[in-house]
This record gives sequence, structure tokens and C-alpha cells, in this order.
Amino acid sequence: MSSRRTLRKLTNVVALVLSGIATAIGLFFLAAILWTLVKNGVAGLSVALFTQMTPPPGSAGGLLNAIYGSVVMTVIGILIGGPIGMLAGTYLAEYGRTARISALIRFVNDVLLSAPSIIIGLFVYELLVVRMGHFSAIAGAVALAIIAMPVIVRTTEDMLNLVPQGMKDASTAMGAYTWRTVTSVIYPAARSGIVTGLLLAVARISGETAPLLFTALNNQFWSSNLGAPMANLPVVIFQFALSPYPNWQQLAWSGALIITVSILVLSIAARIAVSSFTKGRH
Amino acid sequence: MNKTPDNNPSRPSLPPPAADAAEAAMEEALGAHGSAADRGARLLKPSGRRGGIPAEPHSPLALDSPPIAHPVFHCKDVNMFYGAKQALKNITLDVAPRQVLAMIGPSGCGKSTFLRCLNRMNDTIPNTRTTGTITLDGQDIFAPEVDVAQLRARIGMVFQKPNPFPKSIFENVAYGPRIHGMTRSRAELDEIVCSSLTRAGLWDEVKDRLNAPGTGLSGGQQQRLCIARTIAVQPEVILMDEPCSALDPVATARVEDLIDELRAQYAIVIVTHSMQQAARVSQRTAYFHLGELIEIGETDRIFTNPRHRLTEDYITGRFG
Ligand SMILES: Nc1ncnc2c1ncn2[C@@H]1O[C@H](COP(=O)(O)OP(=O)(O)O)[C@@H](O)[C@H]1O
Ligand SMILES: [Mg+2]
Repeated sequence: MSSRRTLRKLTNVVALVLSGIATAIGLFFLAAILWTLVKNGVAGLSVALFTQMTPPPGSAGGLLNAIYGSVVMTVIGILIGGPIGMLAGTYLAEYGRTARISALIRFVNDVLLSAPSIIIGLFVYELLVVRMGHFSAIAGAVALAIIAMPVIVRTTEDMLNLVPQGMKDASTAMGAYTWRTVTSVIYPAARSGIVTGLLLAVARISGETAPLLFTALNNQFWSSNLGAPMANLPVVIFQFALSPYPNWQQLAWSGALIITVSILVLSIAARIAVSSFTKGRH
Repeated sequence: MNKTPDNNPSRPSLPPPAADAAEAAMEEALGAHGSAADRGARLLKPSGRRGGIPAEPHSPLALDSPPIAHPVFHCKDVNMFYGAKQALKNITLDVAPRQVLAMIGPSGCGKSTFLRCLNRMNDTIPNTRTTGTITLDGQDIFAPEVDVAQLRARIGMVFQKPNPFPKSIFENVAYGPRIHGMTRSRAELDEIVCSSLTRAGLWDEVKDRLNAPGTGLSGGQQQRLCIARTIAVQPEVILMDEPCSALDPVATARVEDLIDELRAQYAIVIVTHSMQQAARVSQRTAYFHLGELIEIGETDRIFTNPRHRLTEDYITGRFG
């Protein structure tokens, strides 16, 4: 009896130690990555970084065109993927919850959610770049939209399912059509949850490199033409980091720091939104 | 109004048959409509009903006297199925205008299901099927030309758990008038919101904070807000599914008083698990058992002289 007890205690201690070590290893690498990033990135932080274009090798410059391009393509990507994803999530949660096609949609969405982003890039390359004959910002935005969509579908459905059935029933019983219940009761009730999903999608796409490599490519100069190639942080980092030029490498570090900090800020914002959402529901 | 004094809170304080005098009371009650010999004969005969419930000489509606002249709801042979499971069996009953009909019975006997038949809320549950006839003011609610949303707009519903919308107190009450385009001006809307809150007995408590969220009110206030929201669209009948089960006794008393006032204008169907509440607020009572309507009649009569043994067992607290 007591030897069994000792054994259990021992197992417990071993499990505790092992999971502690695993956590420590994970945290160590995370800290190491962040430290390297900060150490190398901070050195390049300057006003020029945010005011000048990507330079040729050896001369001074910044990342303005890449930052602008990233923001533009991310925003357009969310503008395309957001509404489609939200409507699809709304269909799954409110209209076709038990429909057979919904099971299929959920499955396809999960596949899309875990599809390697390079595949999405190739798909859009075939779909838009080949047909248009050249790389373009709009193709990049479409690729980002396709990556963002499944995230938004999923979070929207989950968040709408969190809205109490009683609240939906109350609206239905008052004689509201479903679309009215959705727009007047369910969306307001799930607002911060849906916004969180959008923020997570932004975080997800703002670091994507592969799909942009095949679609928006890059542009050394300032360009706001959506039909033309456009600079963006991930591809610039990719290109500059692999180059032998020290000033390009430095810009790559700083660009990486900018992306990481933005994603961190977005994730924190999303967390705050979630906690206010769940708090508001009690 | 039928205020039964509550001497014994654990059990409805009803006139005999009392639980103590169980045997004698049962004899008496059964004797009211059949001799012991009849009873024996009935028990020997194969039951006319499913579920082993003894057959009665008359249908429940036939026991109901006097018949309802101009019923708000007229239900005939209503059967309802969740998938393959039958939840209601041949329910036939009428809902009278300006009266409260209480529906009582052990939990799971189909009270909520029947209530949801009346405004077709069961349609929103997948794989359900309803047969039989239900008319509202003589109009078949299942007729193909009926717009379900418009039908539901004529029937108010108050739920077990208060469920205000995530909106301000004002907007909660204004919701119905807004979605049905009932008002042409803001002043008109203000007027409806004010009068609905007043009739729900909530105005004095919230008049200074109409823009505060409805979810910030206490449970009892939320339930009265839901009642205000319901009457704001001037329905013809109000359905209530255990509206007080989440409320404390003081809030319950307020809602019961409110029901008593609303009765002057509306037909009310209330599901309740509390027999005291049924006795206090209703004029007629229907007793459900395993998806069947066992007995319906004047509340006084049901509680003093139940004609069916199952009813008697239930109201004397012998089961359920
Ligand atoms: N959504 C549902 N799906 C399947 N069965 C249900 C559903 N709702 C209720 N039921 C079943 O129908 C019967 C009646 O339930 P209900 O009307 O809720 O009873 P009551 O309100 O009298 O307690 C119960 O056996 C219950 O399990
Ligand atoms: Mg119920």
C-alpha cells in the first residue's frame, strides 16, 4: 500500500521535473530568438528606417516602401478575406449548423487552415500572376486573403456559438428573421470575439513570406500601384538576409524586429479583447 | 384570483385529498366518477392509451367544463416528435382569452415542448415534426401561407432564464417595435418603451438609466425587462416557460402580480413546476404526464377534486 503510494509520488515528481525541463527548453529558445532579434534589430533602428526606401547594396536607406506594402496588402487581404470568412462562419453557426454541407465546409476549412502557405502562393500565381503576365500587389493581397479566410471562418463560428442560445431564441420568438437576429443581436453579442479573430488573422498573415514571393514579389522603389509588384517586409527580409551586404543584413534584422513587435502587439490586443468578451458575458 | 394560503411551503397547501390521507383520498377521488367495480373492469381491460396510463371514460377536453367559447388557441390531436422520439401525444386543448392557463407535470413530460408548438419555436430545432391542428384566432398556424416570423410576432414568449439582449434597457424594449416597424417617430417609440416598462412594473427602477445595459439588472429586473420587451409589440397571447424558476421569492411575487395584471388584456399560458404558483396565478390548469394531457379544467377544481389518479398523485406530492 505505502510502496504504491511512494511509487505514485515518485511518478508525480518525475513527470513534474520532465515537464519543467520541457517548458524551460521551449522558453529558452523563445528567449534566445527574441534576444538575438532585439540585439541585432535595435542596432538598425533609426528615423531613416521609417522614412527611406530600400537602398541598393552599400548605400543608406530604410524600409518605408516595404512597411507600406506590407500594411497595404495585409489590409486589402483582410478586407477581402474578412467579410467572406465572417459570412461563411455565420452560415456554419447560424444557418447550416446541422446541414450536411456544413460538415464538408468545416472539413475543407480545416484543411485550408493547415495548408502550407507556399501552396497558396503557387495557386494564386497560377490564378492571377500567370494570367496578368506579371507580379502584382493585388495578387499578394489575394494570397493573404486566402490564408486569412479559414482562420476567420473558424473563429467567427466559434464565437457565434458562444452566444447563448436563449438570447437567439428570444429574438426569434419576437418574430425576427434570422438575418435580423444575426445582425442586431448575435453580432453585437460576439463583437469582440469576432474582432479577436480578425486580429489573429492579421497576425497570421503579416509574417507570411512564401505566398508573397510568388505573387507580389518585391519592388525596390516606392509603389502604390496595386497592379504592379510591391515591396513588403517578409520578402525584403528574405532577400536582404540572404545577401552578402552588411547594410542589407542590418535592414533585414530591423524588419524582422518590426514584424515581431507588431505581431506581439496584435496578439496582446486580441487577448485583451477576448478577456473583455468573456468577462462581459457573466 | 385564486390565492391559496401557503401554510406548508414544502407541499402545496391544498384542500383534501391530502397526502396523509392518501388511501382514503384516492378512494374518494376515484369514487367521484366510477365505482370500485368500474375501476376493476377498467384495469382489466387493455389500456386505450400508450404508456400504461389507465384509460379514462372521457377525453380530457370532455372533462373540461364549461367549453371555451372563443379560444385564442385551439389545439387538436397535436403530436410532436424529436427525431423518432415522440414527445407529445394527441394533445387537445383550448386556450381561453384573458385567462391564465397553467401547465404542470413532472419534468420531461412535454410542457415546454407543447409551449414551443404554439409559436412554432420547435421549427428551429432540427429533425422535429409536429402533426395535428393548432389555430390562433381560428387561423391554422401551420398553413403554408403563414409567415412564421409574423406569427411569432403575435405571440410573446418569456423564457425560464432571463435573456436580455446585449443592448441598453431602452433598446431591449425597443427591439420588437423596431424590427416590426411599428413606430414612425422617436417620440412614439419613447412612448411605447415607457408604457411597456411601466406595465412591467420596472419603470421607476430604471427610468434614470435607460441607456445602461440590460444585462446589468438583477435577475428579477431582467425577467421583468423581458416581459416589457414582450408586451412592447402588443402580442395577442403570452407564453411563459417557468418564468420564475431563476428568481428569488420576492422577485417571483412581483412577476406573479404582473401576470395577474396582464391577464386583463392577454391570454397567458404559463409552464410552472410550482403547484403553489399554478394555484396562485392561473384560472385553468392542465396536467401533463409522459407527453400526454391527462386532465385540464378550472384550477380550483383540479386542485380540490382531480378526476384522474395521476393528477391527484402529482398534486398531492406523491411523485414528480
Ligand atoms: N431538443 C430536444 N431534442 C430531443 N429531445 C428533446 C428536446 N427537448 C426536449 N426533449 C425531450 O422531450 C421530452 C419533453 O421535454 P420538455 O418539453 O422539455 O419537458 P418539460 O418542459 O415538461 O420538462 C423530454 O423527454 C425531453 O428529453
Ligand atoms: Mg421545461
